[in-house]
Amino acid sequence: MTRMHEVHRGGVTIPASGTGANVDPPAEADEKVSVRGVDFYYGDNNALKKITVPLYARKVTAFIGPSGCGKSTLLRILNRIYDLYPNQRAEGEVLLDGENILSPKQDLNLLRARIGMVFQKPTPFPMSIYENIAFGVRLYERLSRSDLDMRVEQALRRAALWDEVKDQLHTNGLSLSGGQQQRLCIARTVAVKPEVILLDEPCSALDPISTAKIEELIDELTDDYTIAIVTHNMQQAARVSAYTAFMYLGELVEFGTTSKMFTAPTDRRTQDYITGRFG
Amino acid sequence: MVTEHTMKAFDADLQDLGRMVAEMGGFAEQQINDAVDALDRRDALLAQQVIVSDVQIDMLQREVEEKVILTIARRQPMAVDLREIVGALRISNDLERIGDLAKNIAKRVLVLDSEFRSQKVMRGVEHMAELVLAQIKDVLDAYARRDAAKAIAVWRSDEGVDAVNNSLFRELLTYMMEDPRNISICIHLLFCAKNIERMGDHATNIAETVYYMVEGRTLGDERPKGDKTSMTIVPFDA
Repeated sequence: MTRMHEVHRGGVTIPASGTGANVDPPAEADEKVSVRGVDFYYGDNNALKKITVPLYARKVTAFIGPSGCGKSTLLRILNRIYDLYPNQRAEGEVLLDGENILSPKQDLNLLRARIGMVFQKPTPFPMSIYENIAFGVRLYERLSRSDLDMRVEQALRRAALWDEVKDQLHTNGLSLSGGQQQRLCIARTVAVKPEVILLDEPCSALDPISTAKIEELIDELTDDYTIAIVTHNMQQAARVSAYTAFMYLGELVEFGTTSKMFTAPTDRRTQDYITGRFG
Repeated sequence: MVTEHTMKAFDADLQDLGRMVAEMGGFAEQQINDAVDALDRRDALLAQQVIVSDVQIDMLQREVEEKVILTIARRQPMAVDLREIVGALRISNDLERIGDLAKNIAKRVLVLDSEFRSQKVMRGVEHMAELVLAQIKDVLDAYARRDAAKAIAVWRSDEGVDAVNNSLFRELLTYMMEDPRNISICIHLLFCAKNIERMGDHATNIAETVYYMVEGRTLGDERPKGDKTSMTIVPFDA
């Protein structure tokens, strides 16, 4: 359990064995989000233990680990979704551009506009494709009709969905295929111009082609956004992310560049997990 | 060393690969032994046999290659598994090359027609072959046991081979200067020595691969070199 403390804000895992497996964070890498010593409780259950992990700006960080390891819980902390539930609390600090978002003074609506989230199952609102996107935008901004049209188009283009739906913007969002619905949800998230996007297993309900489209999209989104993705698909983590964090039993076991984590991880538990030797 | 995969068939795949590489290794050792023996005794029949048998190493290498490709496609190996599979591929390539070098020696045996005999030279060649065979044996051991320390030891032991090769070179040069009729055979012997020396290089390649498989990082570039002179004796224009 000492290893956890070896993971610090430079994103460098100092291997206990001295095998020289250092990970160099890129020079330009500034931390958009810094999770520092975060504990999380579902009632009395200590679901996350002293998690310290960075999300580097305009990079994808993948969170992997077996079910129940706390990776989704961690995402839920990042935009304080857990606040909606009683008996759930987080301790520690989560800094977004240096400001602690766990502070009671944090404006949650503003926070959730800055940190968007896409869930495992596509969750379009039961309204038109256009309204699905415009709805969120109207909550934060007053835009003229034409500006709003523009924003909807931009978001749909950004989510690589525009060409497929431009002639049916006023049909129900639920009439789209699963992959299209998920991209609609991403468009909806992008439309309010967040800074960070949290993806909680965004492809688990999708076929390989839709998955590839989402992954391509994630790749493009890193031009502008800082992205955290939780995935059970190891190959997906390897494909889309620059950094990977492996979590187990509520702890952060290892964090490093994805290339290092998937070829020569330092911790035995990481190795066992990603090579399919667990349990 | 490592626990088993949840998917048992994956373990079987990896074991198969290991076994195939080990088999190739044993075969390569045999080929070197026979080739040097044939050279020593000027045994054309044995040399012929070495040449024909090389096909088997080539076949084994192709099998390893196919198995590697199939395993990558089916299992999407990660981390230690990925390194192991890539390692098997690389080692099988080195072993195949070692086989080719043994074959090359055997081919030269067939064209040696001179009566020239030098105990000293032959002892040198045999000594080199012994050193290289020991390297290959050790490195295959290191592979079988996933022993990084042993791999490093092999990697460092290449000096001796280089040194013998260098002294053989000087020796043969003298014979050639003594009597031009020796030139043809001496050149052949020189190439045989060079072939053996190249086998040693492949053994150190394998050592590097084994080290990478086990440790997940590469050995540095600094390898001790025993032969520092050949460039000064022979002025290369290139």
